[in-house]
Amino acid sequence: MQLVCPAGSLPALKAAVRQGADAVYTGFRDDTNARHFAGLNFTDKQLEAGLELIRQQGRKLFIAVNTYALPDGWARWQRAVDRAADLGADALIAADPGILAYASRRHPRLPLHLSVQGSATNAAALRFYHEQYGIARTVLPRVLSLAQVRQVAASSPVPVEVFAFGSLCIMAEGRCHLSSYVTGQSPNLCGVCSPASAVRWSEEEDGLTSRLNDVLIDRYQAGEAAGYPTLCKGRFMVHGKRFHALEEPTSLNTMELIPQLSEIGVVAVKIEGRQRSPAYVEQVVGVWRKALDRYRRDPHNFAVEPAWNQVLGNVSEGSQTTLGAYHRAWQ
Amino acid sequence: MKLTLGPVLFYWQRQSIMDFYADMAQQPLDVIYMGETVCSKRRALSLDDWTGLAREVREASGAEVVLSGLTLIEAASELGVLRRLCENGEIKVEANDMAAVQFLTAQGVEFVGGPALNIYNAFTLDELVRRGMSRWVPPVECSADLLSALMQQAREHDIRLPEIEVFAWGHLPLAYSARCFTARAENLAKDDCGFICQNYPDGIPMTTQEGQVLFTLNGIQTMSGGVSNLLAEYPRMQAMGIDALRLSPRSTDMAEIIQQFDQVRRGGTPPLALDGCNGYWHGEPGMLTVEEVGLC
Repeated sequence: MQLVCPAGSLPALKAAVRQGADAVYTGFRDDTNARHFAGLNFTDKQLEAGLELIRQQGRKLFIAVNTYALPDGWARWQRAVDRAADLGADALIAADPGILAYASRRHPRLPLHLSVQGSATNAAALRFYHEQYGIARTVLPRVLSLAQVRQVAASSPVPVEVFAFGSLCIMAEGRCHLSSYVTGQSPNLCGVCSPASAVRWSEEEDGLTSRLNDVLIDRYQAGEAAGYPTLCKGRFMVHGKRFHALEEPTSLNTMELIPQLSEIGVVAVKIEGRQRSPAYVEQVVGVWRKALDRYRRDPHNFAVEPAWNQVLGNVSEGSQTTLGAYHRAWQ
Repeated sequence: MKLTLGPVLFYWQRQSIMDFYADMAQQPLDVIYMGETVCSKRRALSLDDWTGLAREVREASGAEVVLSGLTLIEAASELGVLRRLCENGEIKVEANDMAAVQFLTAQGVEFVGGPALNIYNAFTLDELVRRGMSRWVPPVECSADLLSALMQQAREHDIRLPEIEVFAWGHLPLAYSARCFTARAENLAKDDCGFICQNYPDGIPMTTQEGQVLFTLNGIQTMSGGVSNLLAEYPRMQAMGIDALRLSPRSTDMAEIIQQFDQVRRGGTPPLALDGCNGYWHGEPGMLTVEEVGLC
């Protein structure tokens, strides 16, 4: 299985390559990609430098243009596709059918990967994108159980990539408007979720509180670990009870599923986190490289080293990890 | 402008569904959408039941009926049911997933594109229109300005517009998950949910710790806490060339809501201010209520 790793900056890209990423995915410095965060992403010059390193090392570069194009921004999205093609990217990761259509007509030799933001969870949807735009791969949303991934992989017209590790979207990607409902900015249109510009921390009478556009996301007692106020991971009230009504602060970690994912025929595993630091990339890519190499050498005796889980736990939300939807009981 | 009734997003008892549509057949509606769009485990009515009911409602009301397909498809069995729905050969279908688009395109039939398809620009719209999409419900987060820009973009590039139907009243469907939040709130496993969402015919309100109503839990779907209400925007929508307004069912007093919209459609004065949220329409966070400045 190919190890596909995030890079939100040149130092992160270098770290990913150093630690053994087979492919690195990046975005341009604007709202054409789903990690449109302040200070993140690449200028043309930085990307050229990164690409040179990737070529030297025999790795791949994927470029994400995976938000949905706005009517008055169409030229910007077109330019992003053209730049990815001109750079010689090994694949364009896109979600918008209009963008896929443009890329497939204008740059027929540029391989297209359907982004997770395309929300394709089944073989029929994948056939649509394959027949119409010739996608060469798809990234499955994090809503399928392992048995369902198996079914989709078996009937899909294209190879599938799945998320291996990182922040856990509990809603089907591309089908979540929670962030725009509260902040006005959405993953689909702005490339952000629960944006930092809307976050406010304050010490109040009842403890440390986190707010998103003034909406209370969580309140912490002294000594309680406080996490980033992602909307779906706050504590809310339902039936008069306060709890994590949607999901707890936790990260996805599928390392123990490497043998099953490989046997199912998954072609690539993706590390989430273009918004994370080069140190995160260094550590996470490092242990995933070790795990995949260990599996390849001796597939029948694969076991996750406790030290690897320790590393992953340390960089996880709330210092805990889950198998998410892959494990039916989570659902 | 047409008035349409969206599919029932909640899980109601079989008899409640039957009674509801008997009532709705008497209302001034032009299009009635029916079918399960949220959770395949909700089987108070089978696909054949829905199809039969749609025929009856069409007969009784004279309205166009449309069968709405499931939005989040996870199992092969769900795909099989969706395929049968799309191949029904008689009643128009609302596609809420690209799987339905694929099936309907293969059939060569016209279809409606539901609000869960991600279409935000005219070129993407064209991809669907050229394949048979004759009516389109934009994503609920689209503002009036975005829609106007899209329509302008279509005109500039000679792209044919389908009928445009705006989600004008009801809790907004905001997100879909593998996880069932109703079961979670009741401490039940999703696979052993006991159809608990039938106990909540208008969903479960979820508030912040300060009591602010934020979302509505409806099984695997998360909806807006507030009811979105665009009645006051009727003149602007008419001027823009919007073709239809979607009213999303609730368990009580639906006829009253329809009549309010119908009165404005017949020339009545739209209200200046309303209960409910309308932020998305004004390009603001969806939860906000934006009041037109200077009208009062």
